[in-house]
Amino acid sequence: MGTEISTMEILKTTEVANSPLGVGSNISGSEAVLKAMIAENVQTIFGYPGGAIMPIYDALYDYQNELNHILVRHEQGAIHAAQGFARSSGKVGVVFATSGPGATNLVTGLADAMIDSTPLVCITGQVFAHLLGTDAFQETDVINITTPVTKWNYQITDANEIPHVLAKAFYIAKTGRPGPVLIDITKNAQIQKFDYAGYTKCEHIRSYRPKPIVRKEYIVEAAKLINEAKKPFVIFGQGVILGKAEKEFKKFIEKGGLPAAWTILGMSAIATDHPLAVGMLGMHGNYGPNVLTNECDVLIAIGMRFDDRVTGRLDKYAKQAKIVHLDIDPSEIDKNVKTTVPVWGDCKETLPLLTELIEQKEHKEWLNKFNEFTQKEIDAVIHEELNPSTDILTMGEVIKTVNELTNGDAIIVTDVGQHQMVTCRYAKYNQSRSNITSGGLGTMGFALPAAIGAKFGAQERTVVAVIGDGGFQMTLQELGTVMQSKIDIKILILNNEFLGMVRQWQELFNDRRYSFVDITSPDFVQVAKGYYIDGQRISKREELKDAVNKMLQHKGSYLLEVMVGKENNVFPMVPQGCSVSEIRLS
Amino acid sequence: MNKQEYTITVYTENQVGLLNRIAIIFSRRKINIESLNVSPSESESIHRFTIVINETEDVVRKLCRQIEKQVEVLKAYYNTNEEIIWQEMALYKVPTDIIAEKVKVERLLHQHGARAVVIRKDYTIFETTGHREETEGLIKALEPYGLIEFVRSARVAIIKASNGFHEKLKEFEQKEPGEELIENEFLDKQEEVFTM
Ligand SMILES: Cc1ncc(C[n+]2csc(CCOP(=O)(O)OP(=O)(O)O)c2C)c(N)n1
Repeated sequence: MGTEISTMEILKTTEVANSPLGVGSNISGSEAVLKAMIAENVQTIFGYPGGAIMPIYDALYDYQNELNHILVRHEQGAIHAAQGFARSSGKVGVVFATSGPGATNLVTGLADAMIDSTPLVCITGQVFAHLLGTDAFQETDVINITTPVTKWNYQITDANEIPHVLAKAFYIAKTGRPGPVLIDITKNAQIQKFDYAGYTKCEHIRSYRPKPIVRKEYIVEAAKLINEAKKPFVIFGQGVILGKAEKEFKKFIEKGGLPAAWTILGMSAIATDHPLAVGMLGMHGNYGPNVLTNECDVLIAIGMRFDDRVTGRLDKYAKQAKIVHLDIDPSEIDKNVKTTVPVWGDCKETLPLLTELIEQKEHKEWLNKFNEFTQKEIDAVIHEELNPSTDILTMGEVIKTVNELTNGDAIIVTDVGQHQMVTCRYAKYNQSRSNITSGGLGTMGFALPAAIGAKFGAQERTVVAVIGDGGFQMTLQELGTVMQSKIDIKILILNNEFLGMVRQWQELFNDRRYSFVDITSPDFVQVAKGYYIDGQRISKREELKDAVNKMLQHKGSYLLEVMVGKENNVFPMVPQGCSVSEIRLS
Repeated sequence: MNKQEYTITVYTENQVGLLNRIAIIFSRRKINIESLNVSPSESESIHRFTIVINETEDVVRKLCRQIEKQVEVLKAYYNTNEEIIWQEMALYKVPTDIIAEKVKVERLLHQHGARAVVIRKDYTIFETTGHREETEGLIKALEPYGLIEFVRSARVAIIKASNGFHEKLKEFEQKEPGEELIENEFLDKQEEVFTM
């Protein structure tokens, strides 16, 4: 640290402390930051110290009873943990990081949180204000680097700004369509003493309207379409969960007898075995929901954004259907798919209004059609995946075993790749906020830190992190965080000895030219052991149930590595550039 | 849909970094900004961006929604050239001796609505204000006389149908927005379905 704190900085520190600004003041900027956290009911902070954020860490030393700071092993780990926390708890995730490399290490997580609408407040330290723009030690232009990947960001150079800027930060992060906010605080502002007048939560920013007043005309029009529909189909995303509208949503589909399919982020908003739950949309989603998107007459999209992994080829997407789109973010309406009736608003408000106007219906025949497709999918894919006829273990049967032993009560955090798609295809959930994954960004390395955060956000629940052998090696340093925080998470590595998802594409679309997907791994069980985390590796079906059970029953964290088929593929699949109705079963 | 010139008018808070936030919405889609002007507006503390791009209406509408989504943006409008009154200002530097020799110069400048801002022994600076064709027309006219330097300002534009922003601003000030603010002109443009 010697180089980080120059004598000049120390001089400056005393200078600031004795400056006129210090006269008559009572607390430091750093303390005001922590007071803001307490006022916002923050209990857990994920962070990593460094030169430019040292004053905040120094203040934190006296606040250890009020604030639980989790020391991660890499700032990317901190932000993914905060994302996992936010996703499992519905609260704002908080991150502390230092300037320069500490801040740039947050960028992947910010991009991930931005595209997946995850509420975060990240505090980064910054060099002294008088050094801004001088290429000072560990100075990076964090505000400009993070502008495209934050909902809002702001640099504080004067401690007086801290209370109201942080109040704004929390308000912006969690209201409307949530997202990550980054506040960069120069070191002088952290040190500066100022007249602290208390903390007032922000409730209004004149240039920011998180949600509109709902216009009933649109509701009426939407209800009319739904009531006239013979083949209505609901597709929903994370908006239902973010809007905390799971109950309202359930009532809506139940009254209308509306079959409903989820995007990867909408998953678990309703129980996966609900009679109207017809499965997952998208590239590796279920057969029926994809094909029938192009057969329904009214498509009701709720809190989802028609991502290209969901729509496939846009010019052949649901062309026959009238489209009702409920979203809180007007920039999503008509962005990818032209809407017939836009219902702009918070679905917690719009859904009950809509439910009131729709007729009680069943749509039995139409729902049957989904079941027919499900049967076809079972015959072609699912049965073999879950009950393989060869000795080689499949990812699907591992997830099936997890389902059986957790009764669908666990939070499952997935990384990115084949194991993610398989888990989302086969996992059973009976409560919301159970499926945590990096959807929009597809960030490998997400799962381990996110699982740590998810556990802090929902301590009473079992958290299972399902991770590939590739992705685990991206952030496995966070085993150190697991060790030190003594958190209890279950790490389930599905090892196919390949970067499986890329290998699958190379097999299907690049004539099996396996270019750099053959990845070797360390002995993961030994690695875990090095962190005092128990575990075992299995490769036989006979061992599976006991091993998963042992993992779940184990007191404290546990790593189970399951060797699965090396060249298994995930099907069905909508190949890139194809229409959803061209979904392949093999 | 055909590309054409659109003028985007954005009302914002006065905030460091907002220019970048708005600019990257265009650069992200690899759209070139033809002209950009930042100025105060009739409402104190509210800034007004005037941005000109050449795009299809569909893209312009999406851009406006994404601009309006920024926390410090109050409102974004887009208009065709027919819907606005707009001007650009240009400055031209020419050698004084050549200009003085030619008698027709006076008439030429008069024709183009130009006026001399500075006349020195060595050079003279003229100014005109008008549409692109007008300011460009004078370049052509001055070229034979040795145009030394030329510069044109960004476009400033007034929306013909606008009643100004102060009334709207009052609505924004309120925690519970009134009727004024629940309208969304983008959504209202869904004429095929129903209009209000
Ligand atoms: C940070 C990052 N780099 C690269 C990719 C591209 N990518 C997507 S899936 C995948 C393979 C993942 O392999 P593994 O973690 O072993 O999981 P599997 O697909 O085998 O289940 C890769 C490389 C990515 N999504 N994220």
